Amino acid sequence: MQLYLPIADIPVNVFLILAMGAAVGFVSGMFGIGGGFLMTPLLIFVGIAPAVAVASVASHIAASSFSGAISYWRRRAIDPALALVLLSGGIIGTALGVWTFTRLRSLGQLDLLIALSYVILLSTVGALMFWEGLRAIMRARRGVAVSMRRSGSHGWIHGLPLKMRFKRSKIYLSVVPVVFVGLIIGFIGAVMGIGGGFILIPIMIYLLRVPTSTVIGTSMVLTLVTMVFATLLHAVTNHLVDAVLALILMVGGVTGAQFGARAGQKIRGEHLRLLLGLLILAVGIRFAIELVIRPDDLFTIRETGGAG
Amino acid sequence: MIVRISPAAVGLVLALSVAFAVPAAHAERLIVSVSNHRVTVTPNYSGEELVLFGSVEKDASTPAGHTNYDLVVTVSGPRADMVTRRKERKFGIWVNTDSRQFLAVPSYLALFANRPFDAIASPEVQRRQQLGLNNVLLTQRVGPDYADVVPNDAFRSAFVRLRSEHKLYREATSAVTFLTPTLFRTGIPLPAEVPIGTYDVEIKLFSDGALVTRTETAFEIVKVGFEQFVANTARQNGFVYGLVTAFMALMTGWMASIVFRKD
Repeated sequence: MQLYLPIADIPVNVFLILAMGAAVGFVSGMFGIGGGFLMTPLLIFVGIAPAVAVASVASHIAASSFSGAISYWRRRAIDPALALVLLSGGIIGTALGVWTFTRLRSLGQLDLLIALSYVILLSTVGALMFWEGLRAIMRARRGVAVSMRRSGSHGWIHGLPLKMRFKRSKIYLSVVPVVFVGLIIGFIGAVMGIGGGFILIPIMIYLLRVPTSTVIGTSMVLTLVTMVFATLLHAVTNHLVDAVLALILMVGGVTGAQFGARAGQKIRGEHLRLLLGLLILAVGIRFAIELVIRPDDLFTIRETGGAG
Repeated sequence: MIVRISPAAVGLVLALSVAFAVPAAHAERLIVSVSNHRVTVTPNYSGEELVLFGSVEKDASTPAGHTNYDLVVTVSGPRADMVTRRKERKFGIWVNTDSRQFLAVPSYLALFANRPFDAIASPEVQRRQQLGLNNVLLTQRVGPDYADVVPNDAFRSAFVRLRSEHKLYREATSAVTFLTPTLFRTGIPLPAEVPIGTYDVEIKLFSDGALVTRTETAFEIVKVGFEQFVANTARQNGFVYGLVTAFMALMTGWMASIVFRKD
């Protein structure tokens, strides 16, 4: 069934968009990530203008992470105190990111910068996650107890001031690195047009030593708030949010996310990390190939504005 | 308040004015009409084909030799500025380097004729009358100048090729059919991603390699109902639109968690 999108100005197959939304929603529910780094390239591939895709995906991620956050909240898998501290940094980071984005755009070559940062960020994070997941599985095979919080590993992070007790996560941590992490994620998310969950989760696990039980739900709260904020900013500044496209994506996305969240609870943590690592690595490599391989067509056309 | 004059009326007035302006030596007159002057884009719009039909009217002063007519129809969509970029390899990766700006070029351009342009007129006439994609004027910013370039210029040919791949530029030299020696028709295919706006249709009549007469008509492609409402709101009330979209996202997420609640 064909449907005409009012802002993107092209007709699309409703079932194709629904299926894409559901597939990405499943992945996002399972790993607790927004899925923006998968959704945006998919939409561009179907022929939707990159700017419209980025802007509309933000609201899709908001819907997906809200339904995810609700089900994690019911399972008491969200640490409200930790989420609030992260958000205080996240909001500032997003505003800084949008400002930087606008500045970079006026300098040109923003597309290249985005592609390069995708390659670097996705390949590094993906490879690290894959390696860590693999090692954890091997350790488990050998019968060594897998412990996320290795005793005695009090690094420099634990020497920082302003310590605070996060009851639900059962950690005692300085707020300085938490606010800083929120800021970085908000910034990267706004510049690259992604939710940032796939970077936030490893940082929370490895650096802040947040237990896996609360990590996904808490990161979803951060994604939710920053993406609602991003939707508003995109709608006000570039008028490129396609509400019809967003609604189809959301309906598919939230449905997929429900099943994904349930599947995620059944799979063991280290397997989950291995799978997510592979997925992120694959997207990173795909971007790298695009930059290195000679393109089919060296020429591209872009509309720069109407004229009389 | 703008008074909207129907394109049909405009077409008729133009046709009449052209007919009177043409010297008496060429007394042919073109009467044309498009099957639909207002194409509406609805939720299930996926492209459309219009039909243009018309006839060549002769009168007593028409030279007896004028029998073998040739017809060229040019359809041009709303104009826009575009940039064509070329990628080059630098430090092992492909990046956009050179670019050429195309100014106020048609977003949709179709040229139809009853036989190849070479058979209709001499190269000189083809160039002057802009017959064929190679001869249509595509203004570009070349350094400090505004000009068109030779048809085989790398940027121009890439531009025409890319637009043609999306079926937004096309050239068909067998699309116009003469049903009788004076009655003709041609189809105007509009692909799904056709831009919204006013489309000008120019019909030129040739005889023995020379332009005899010409006329114009137009049609428009418009969004109606819900599509238009959404597009207008997004442009005029960005903040409200953003709020509504964000609220819709939260509602969808909340509904899903209710519907799929198991415990």
